[in-house]
Amino acid sequence: MKSVMRSLRSPLGRVRGLGSAHAGTEHWIGQRLTSLALIPLSLYPVVTFFLAANHGGYGALRDWLHSPISATAVILFLLVGFHHAANGLQVVIEDYVHCECAKSATLFVIKFGSLALALAGTLATLKIMLGA
Amino acid sequence: MAAHKPRPLSPHLQVYKPQLTSAMSIFHRITGIGLALGLPVFVLWLLLLAGDQPTYDKFIKIAHTLPAQLALLGWTWAFFYHLCTGIRHLLWDAGHFLKIKDVYKTGYIALAVSTALTVYVAYQYLWVAS
Repeated sequence: MKSVMRSLRSPLGRVRGLGSAHAGTEHWIGQRLTSLALIPLSLYPVVTFFLAANHGGYGALRDWLHSPISATAVILFLLVGFHHAANGLQVVIEDYVHCECAKSATLFVIKFGSLALALAGTLATLKIMLGA
Repeated sequence: MAAHKPRPLSPHLQVYKPQLTSAMSIFHRITGIGLALGLPVFVLWLLLLAGDQPTYDKFIKIAHTLPAQLALLGWTWAFFYHLCTGIRHLLWDAGHFLKIKDVYKTGYIALAVSTALTVYVAYQYLWVAS
Protein backbone atom coordinates (compact mmCIF):
# COMPACT_ATOMS: atom_id res chain seq x y z
CA MET A 1 0.00 0.00 0.00
CA LYS A 2 2.87 2.31 0.85
CA SER A 3 4.13 2.45 -2.72
CA VAL A 4 0.65 3.40 -3.90
CA MET A 5 0.40 6.20 -1.36
CA ARG A 6 3.61 7.72 -2.64
CA SER A 7 1.91 8.45 -5.95
CA LEU A 8 -0.80 11.04 -6.35
CA ARG A 9 -2.75 8.69 -8.62
CA SER A 10 -5.55 6.68 -7.07
CA PRO A 11 -5.26 2.87 -7.08
CA LEU A 12 -8.24 2.74 -9.46
CA GLY A 13 -6.56 5.17 -11.86
CA ARG A 14 -3.45 3.00 -11.91
CA VAL A 15 -5.35 -0.17 -12.59
CA ARG A 16 -8.01 0.90 -15.05
CA GLY A 17 -7.17 -0.24 -18.56
CA LEU A 18 -3.52 -0.71 -17.79
CA GLY A 19 -2.07 -4.16 -18.31
CA SER A 20 1.66 -4.74 -18.04
CA ALA A 21 2.14 -3.39 -21.55
CA HIS A 22 -0.71 -0.84 -21.35
CA ALA A 23 -2.20 -2.16 -24.60
CA GLY A 24 -2.62 -5.29 -26.63
CA THR A 25 -6.20 -6.49 -26.95
CA GLU A 26 -6.79 -5.01 -30.42
CA HIS A 27 -3.38 -6.29 -31.49
CA TRP A 28 -4.20 -9.82 -30.29
CA ILE A 29 -7.62 -9.86 -31.97
CA GLY A 30 -6.17 -8.30 -35.14
CA GLN A 31 -3.54 -11.02 -35.34
CA ARG A 32 -6.24 -13.73 -35.16
CA LEU A 33 -8.57 -12.06 -37.66
CA THR A 34 -5.81 -11.49 -40.22
CA SER A 35 -4.60 -15.09 -39.82
CA LEU A 36 -8.11 -16.37 -40.45
CA ALA A 37 -8.46 -14.14 -43.52
CA LEU A 38 -5.03 -15.20 -44.80
CA ILE A 39 -6.01 -18.89 -45.08
CA PRO A 40 -7.90 -18.30 -48.36
CA LEU A 41 -6.13 -15.00 -49.17
CA SER A 42 -2.67 -16.56 -49.19
CA LEU A 43 -3.61 -19.92 -50.72
CA TYR A 44 -5.57 -18.65 -53.73
CA PRO A 45 -3.37 -15.83 -55.09
CA VAL A 46 0.00 -17.37 -54.23
CA VAL A 47 -0.79 -20.82 -55.61
CA THR A 48 -2.40 -19.41 -58.78
CA PHE A 49 0.51 -16.98 -59.18
CA PHE A 50 3.07 -19.79 -59.09
CA LEU A 51 0.94 -21.89 -61.47
CA ALA A 52 0.71 -19.04 -64.01
CA ALA A 53 4.43 -18.27 -63.60
CA ASN A 54 5.39 -21.84 -64.44
CA HIS A 55 2.87 -22.38 -67.22
CA GLY A 56 3.57 -19.49 -69.57
CA GLY A 57 5.64 -17.05 -67.50
CA TYR A 58 5.55 -13.29 -68.10
CA GLY A 59 2.62 -13.23 -70.53
CA ALA A 60 0.47 -15.72 -68.62
CA LEU A 61 1.02 -13.92 -65.31
CA ARG A 62 0.10 -10.56 -66.81
CA ASP A 63 -2.98 -12.06 -68.49
CA TRP A 64 -4.05 -13.50 -65.16
CA LEU A 65 -3.60 -10.12 -63.44
CA HIS A 66 -5.71 -8.37 -66.10
CA SER A 67 -8.77 -9.80 -64.35
CA PRO A 68 -10.01 -7.50 -61.58
CA ILE A 69 -10.80 -10.57 -59.44
CA SER A 70 -7.20 -11.84 -59.55
CA ALA A 71 -5.88 -8.33 -58.98
CA THR A 72 -8.21 -7.90 -55.98
CA ALA A 73 -7.03 -11.22 -54.55
CA VAL A 74 -3.36 -10.24 -54.90
CA ILE A 75 -3.93 -6.76 -53.44
CA LEU A 76 -5.93 -8.16 -50.50
CA PHE A 77 -3.17 -10.71 -49.91
CA LEU A 78 -0.59 -7.89 -49.87
CA LEU A 79 -2.57 -5.63 -47.51
CA VAL A 80 -3.63 -8.34 -45.03
CA GLY A 81 -0.31 -10.20 -45.40
CA PHE A 82 1.86 -7.17 -44.63
CA HIS A 83 -0.43 -6.21 -41.74
CA HIS A 84 -0.10 -9.73 -40.29
CA ALA A 85 3.68 -9.80 -40.88
CA ALA A 86 4.20 -6.40 -39.23
CA ASN A 87 2.08 -7.45 -36.24
CA GLY A 88 4.00 -10.72 -35.90
CA LEU A 89 7.43 -9.09 -36.21
CA GLN A 90 6.34 -6.49 -33.64
CA VAL A 91 5.70 -9.25 -31.08
CA VAL A 92 9.10 -10.81 -31.81
CA ILE A 93 10.86 -7.45 -31.39
CA GLU A 94 8.97 -6.68 -28.17
CA ASP A 95 9.96 -10.10 -26.80
CA TYR A 96 13.68 -9.88 -27.50
CA VAL A 97 14.69 -6.22 -27.84
CA HIS A 98 14.57 -4.48 -24.48
CA CYS A 99 16.49 -1.30 -25.23
CA GLU A 100 13.73 1.28 -25.74
CA CYS A 101 15.64 3.18 -28.42
CA ALA A 102 16.51 0.19 -30.60
CA LYS A 103 13.00 -1.15 -30.08
CA SER A 104 11.17 1.93 -31.30
CA ALA A 105 13.57 2.36 -34.22
CA THR A 106 13.09 -1.25 -35.37
CA LEU A 107 9.32 -1.06 -34.95
CA PHE A 108 9.26 2.13 -37.01
CA VAL A 109 11.26 0.50 -39.82
CA ILE A 110 8.99 -2.57 -39.77
CA LYS A 111 5.74 -0.62 -39.81
CA PHE A 112 6.77 1.99 -42.34
CA GLY A 113 8.56 -0.59 -44.51
CA SER A 114 5.47 -2.83 -44.54
CA LEU A 115 3.28 0.10 -45.54
CA ALA A 116 5.67 1.15 -48.33
CA LEU A 117 6.06 -2.38 -49.72
CA ALA A 118 2.32 -3.09 -49.60
CA LEU A 119 1.72 0.16 -51.49
CA ALA A 120 4.42 -0.64 -54.09
CA GLY A 121 3.00 -4.12 -54.70
CA THR A 122 -0.53 -2.76 -54.95
CA LEU A 123 0.47 -0.11 -57.49
CA ALA A 124 2.39 -2.67 -59.57
CA THR A 125 -0.67 -4.95 -59.59
CA LEU A 126 -2.95 -2.03 -60.54
CA LYS A 127 -0.60 -1.02 -63.34
CA ILE A 128 -0.73 -4.52 -64.84
CA MET A 129 -4.50 -4.80 -64.35
CA LEU A 130 -5.14 -1.49 -66.13
CA GLY A 131 -2.75 -2.50 -68.89
CA ALA A 132 -0.69 0.67 -68.53
CA MET B 1 15.18 2.56 2.05
CA ALA B 2 16.27 -0.78 0.61
CA ALA B 3 17.84 -0.67 -2.85
CA HIS B 4 16.02 -2.38 -5.69
CA LYS B 5 16.90 -6.05 -5.76
CA PRO B 6 16.95 -7.55 -9.26
CA ARG B 7 13.79 -9.57 -9.78
CA PRO B 8 14.28 -13.33 -10.17
CA LEU B 9 14.09 -14.50 -13.80
CA SER B 10 12.47 -17.73 -14.90
CA PRO B 11 14.90 -20.34 -16.26
CA HIS B 12 15.52 -19.86 -19.96
CA LEU B 13 15.18 -22.12 -22.99
CA GLN B 14 18.43 -24.10 -22.73
CA VAL B 15 17.48 -25.50 -19.32
CA TYR B 16 14.59 -27.49 -20.74
CA LYS B 17 14.68 -30.75 -22.65
CA PRO B 18 13.56 -30.10 -26.25
CA GLN B 19 10.06 -31.41 -26.88
CA LEU B 20 7.73 -31.52 -29.87
CA THR B 21 5.55 -28.84 -28.28
CA SER B 22 8.32 -26.32 -27.63
CA ALA B 23 10.13 -27.04 -30.91
CA MET B 24 6.94 -26.55 -32.95
CA SER B 25 6.19 -23.34 -31.07
CA ILE B 26 9.57 -21.78 -31.86
CA PHE B 27 9.40 -22.99 -35.47
CA HIS B 28 6.04 -21.26 -35.86
CA ARG B 29 7.82 -18.04 -34.97
CA ILE B 30 10.90 -18.74 -37.11
CA THR B 31 8.79 -19.61 -40.19
CA GLY B 32 6.75 -16.45 -39.55
CA ILE B 33 9.91 -14.34 -39.66
CA GLY B 34 11.04 -16.20 -42.79
CA LEU B 35 7.74 -15.59 -44.54
CA ALA B 36 7.83 -11.90 -43.58
CA LEU B 37 11.24 -11.75 -45.31
CA GLY B 38 9.69 -13.43 -48.35
CA LEU B 39 7.01 -10.77 -48.81
CA PRO B 40 9.46 -8.11 -50.13
CA VAL B 41 10.68 -10.65 -52.72
CA PHE B 42 7.06 -11.19 -53.81
CA VAL B 43 6.66 -7.40 -54.16
CA LEU B 44 9.88 -7.25 -56.20
CA TRP B 45 8.45 -9.96 -58.45
CA LEU B 46 5.25 -7.91 -58.95
CA LEU B 47 7.24 -4.74 -59.65
CA LEU B 48 9.34 -6.50 -62.29
CA LEU B 49 6.21 -8.05 -63.78
CA ALA B 50 4.83 -4.53 -64.18
CA GLY B 51 8.00 -3.62 -66.12
CA ASP B 52 9.46 -4.93 -69.39
CA GLN B 53 10.05 -8.57 -70.21
CA PRO B 54 13.89 -8.64 -70.60
CA THR B 55 14.36 -7.38 -67.02
CA TYR B 56 11.71 -9.81 -65.79
CA ASP B 57 13.46 -12.71 -67.57
CA LYS B 58 16.73 -11.84 -65.81
CA PHE B 59 14.93 -12.13 -62.46
CA ILE B 60 13.46 -15.51 -63.43
CA LYS B 61 16.91 -16.68 -64.54
CA ILE B 62 18.25 -15.86 -61.05
CA ALA B 63 15.20 -17.56 -59.52
CA HIS B 64 16.13 -20.77 -61.37
CA THR B 65 19.62 -20.98 -59.85
CA LEU B 66 20.14 -23.60 -57.15
CA PRO B 67 20.41 -21.25 -54.13
CA ALA B 68 17.22 -19.45 -55.18
CA GLN B 69 15.39 -22.74 -55.73
CA LEU B 70 16.52 -23.91 -52.28
CA ALA B 71 15.26 -20.65 -50.78
CA LEU B 72 11.96 -21.16 -52.62
CA LEU B 73 11.75 -24.70 -51.24
CA GLY B 74 12.37 -23.32 -47.74
CA TRP B 75 9.69 -20.66 -48.21
CA THR B 76 7.26 -23.29 -49.51
CA TRP B 77 7.76 -25.42 -46.42
CA ALA B 78 7.62 -22.37 -44.13
CA PHE B 79 4.37 -21.30 -45.81
CA PHE B 80 2.62 -24.64 -45.31
CA TYR B 81 4.08 -25.17 -41.84
CA HIS B 82 3.02 -21.71 -40.63
CA LEU B 83 -0.41 -22.23 -42.25
CA CYS B 84 -0.95 -25.60 -40.49
CA THR B 85 0.36 -24.53 -37.09
CA GLY B 86 -1.51 -21.24 -37.47
CA ILE B 87 -4.80 -23.13 -37.89
CA ARG B 88 -3.77 -25.18 -34.83
CA HIS B 89 -3.27 -21.94 -32.87
CA LEU B 90 -6.72 -20.68 -33.96
CA LEU B 91 -8.30 -23.95 -32.80
CA TRP B 92 -6.54 -23.61 -29.43
CA ASP B 93 -7.79 -20.02 -29.13
CA ALA B 94 -11.31 -21.35 -29.70
CA GLY B 95 -10.73 -23.79 -26.83
CA HIS B 96 -10.21 -27.05 -28.76
CA PHE B 97 -7.46 -29.72 -28.59
CA LEU B 98 -5.91 -28.31 -25.41
CA LYS B 99 -5.35 -31.68 -23.67
CA ILE B 100 -1.68 -32.67 -23.90
CA LYS B 101 -2.58 -35.81 -25.90
CA ASP B 102 -4.44 -33.68 -28.48
CA VAL B 103 -1.62 -31.14 -28.58
CA TYR B 104 0.76 -33.93 -29.65
CA LYS B 105 -1.77 -35.42 -32.08
CA THR B 106 -2.48 -32.10 -33.84
CA GLY B 107 1.26 -31.39 -33.80
CA TYR B 108 2.05 -34.59 -35.70
CA ILE B 109 -0.84 -33.91 -38.10
CA ALA B 110 0.46 -30.37 -38.80
CA LEU B 111 3.98 -31.74 -39.43
CA ALA B 112 2.72 -34.48 -41.74
CA VAL B 113 0.32 -32.25 -43.71
CA SER B 114 2.82 -29.42 -44.17
CA THR B 115 5.58 -31.82 -45.28
CA ALA B 116 3.25 -33.64 -47.69
CA LEU B 117 2.03 -30.36 -49.24
CA THR B 118 5.63 -29.12 -49.55
CA VAL B 119 6.73 -32.29 -51.37
CA TYR B 120 3.71 -32.07 -53.70
CA VAL B 121 4.15 -28.38 -54.47
CA ALA B 122 7.94 -28.66 -54.80
CA TYR B 123 7.41 -31.44 -57.35
CA GLN B 124 4.68 -29.50 -59.19
CA TYR B 125 6.09 -25.98 -59.24
CA LEU B 126 9.80 -26.04 -58.57
CA TRP B 127 11.53 -28.95 -60.24
CA VAL B 128 9.05 -29.65 -63.05
CA ALA B 129 8.97 -26.04 -64.22
CA SER B 130 12.72 -25.48 -64.21
